[in-house]
Amino acid sequence: MADVIIDVQKLTKKFGSFTAVDNISFDVREGEIFGFLGPNGAGKTTTIKMICTILPQTVGNIQVNGFDTQRQQKEVRRSVGIIFQDPSLDNNLTVRENLYFHSRLYHIPGREIPGKIDSALELVGMGERKKDLVRILSGGMKRRVEIARGILHAPKILFLDEPTIGLDPQTRKHMWEYVLQLKARENMTMFLTTHYMEEAEYCDRIAVIDHGKIIALDTPANLKRLVQGDLVTLVMRDSVRAAKILREKTEYKPVVENSQLQFYIKESRDRIPLLFKLLGDEILELDVKKTSLDDVFIHLTGRKIREEEASSKSSAHERMKYRARMTRKI
Amino acid sequence: MIAVIPETLTIAHRELIRGVRERSRLLGSLVRPFIWLFLLGTGLRAVAGGALPPGVENYQHYIFPGMIVMNILFSSIMAGTSVIWDREFGFLKEILVAPVSRTSIALGKTIGGASMAVFHSAITFVFIPFLGIPVDWMKLLLVLPCMYLVAFAVTSLGMLIACRMRSFEGFGIMNNFVIMPMFFLSGAMYSVAAAPDWLKVIIGINPVNYGVDLVRSVFLGIAPSHPLWLDITVLAGFALALQAVVIVLFRKESG
Repeated sequence: MADVIIDVQKLTKKFGSFTAVDNISFDVREGEIFGFLGPNGAGKTTTIKMICTILPQTVGNIQVNGFDTQRQQKEVRRSVGIIFQDPSLDNNLTVRENLYFHSRLYHIPGREIPGKIDSALELVGMGERKKDLVRILSGGMKRRVEIARGILHAPKILFLDEPTIGLDPQTRKHMWEYVLQLKARENMTMFLTTHYMEEAEYCDRIAVIDHGKIIALDTPANLKRLVQGDLVTLVMRDSVRAAKILREKTEYKPVVENSQLQFYIKESRDRIPLLFKLLGDEILELDVKKTSLDDVFIHLTGRKIREEEASSKSSAHERMKYRARMTRKI
Repeated sequence: MIAVIPETLTIAHRELIRGVRERSRLLGSLVRPFIWLFLLGTGLRAVAGGALPPGVENYQHYIFPGMIVMNILFSSIMAGTSVIWDREFGFLKEILVAPVSRTSIALGKTIGGASMAVFHSAITFVFIPFLGIPVDWMKLLLVLPCMYLVAFAVTSLGMLIACRMRSFEGFGIMNNFVIMPMFFLSGAMYSVAAAPDWLKVIIGINPVNYGVDLVRSVFLGIAPSHPLWLDITVLAGFALALQAVVIVLFRKESG
């Protein structure tokens, strides 16, 4: 097992009487993509802010790259790069200037700065736009510049807080290409938060977080094993007879509806051949719905992750603002 | 600890680039004194022209140093918006997660804002020939550090307000309560000696008053109404005290 690079112990954050993060413990291992999956307002960003030292925790300990986030803030800050949920570039500066100031803030020696800026921009395919003011770039381009900026000082850990929020599917796909390429090249540890199930699939391990608590933490494959399995639908010549065969010869519990049979199988890929062996040319149609992390989330919390999204991003934003006000009062 | 200097300069450098790109503020720095000097000053000259201290020829000459300070006042307080701006548009987080001390952030922003304010107020110098004010270059060079001191003090105040404000609207309202009274009670437009006692007390606690006194006596070469050491001490004390509070507030800032 790889070395632990982030160690979080019994972490709690309260804003007034509201508990945003509720006694969570977990670790992140060097070189992995670790994901926080949960709905808006679950406590993902708050946790990241604490790990990155910009928000003090109410209770608990955090070690990042061997440094304590409260007592060794500068060392922690030097070890991490962050791509924030909301845009954080200076619109009135050019792409190059944004990266230049970042380099300065991270104490990169002056003569190394131009080379680092060029190679970082090259990686995200933004080399041509160096002299453009950030304000004229599209949302996707800004995101790419932010990635370039995040990796400029070669951090040990790169945080991606909802990195693809507000991007169209194609840009989102490209962004992931850059991120995965980066990970392969630099063996950088990645810490991702998302409420997109598809993105969570990229992770080596996922912590499912809801109402400030971690309710599950495992690999995507293992998390999927928590639920009943993949949903198999068969259309049969004689569904009743087929159901009988299945009940006798397998542990599946098929439900018959007219000519249709439905049942759950774990790891369907390995088991489908068995179905053909048992039922052979009786099968007219076969459909398998793979378990998604959506199913896992429903299984764990009893509701869909996107339900809260229906109340729109703005309300989540409002909540954050409210919390921000609460923080100020303390 | 030594890292504070390059860090501060980096933060200040960014403020300067941003400041120079904001043409509207540059224009404002030109138009504002023009309105006061010529549109208002010409009219008031007839009324207030009689009570001028010795060594000053006309009313417009008398209020000119006040115009310098007025531009500093506007520009410096507005420098605070950069904090609100950065917070609103996320850049503040970028600075806060960087391995730089909060002291550097506070000082850098203040120095950057104060430098812009001195630049904005030095624009007022273009009116000197039109008013026929007798000044030599030595005096202008001497008045610049005085302007910087005033700018640093008032920018610290702007930062302090901005650190406690969450919105541009709130900041705008605060401004009206701060800039205007501070300007009117600074002795920029009239001689404090002529004011009634109760007003003198209020003027006496207004740090901008000491700024106007300092800039005016250096610029016009006339006797100050307070001793110069007092002007400098009050401004420096005000600046340091507020800056200390701003640094503490930046330590608590979480973007």
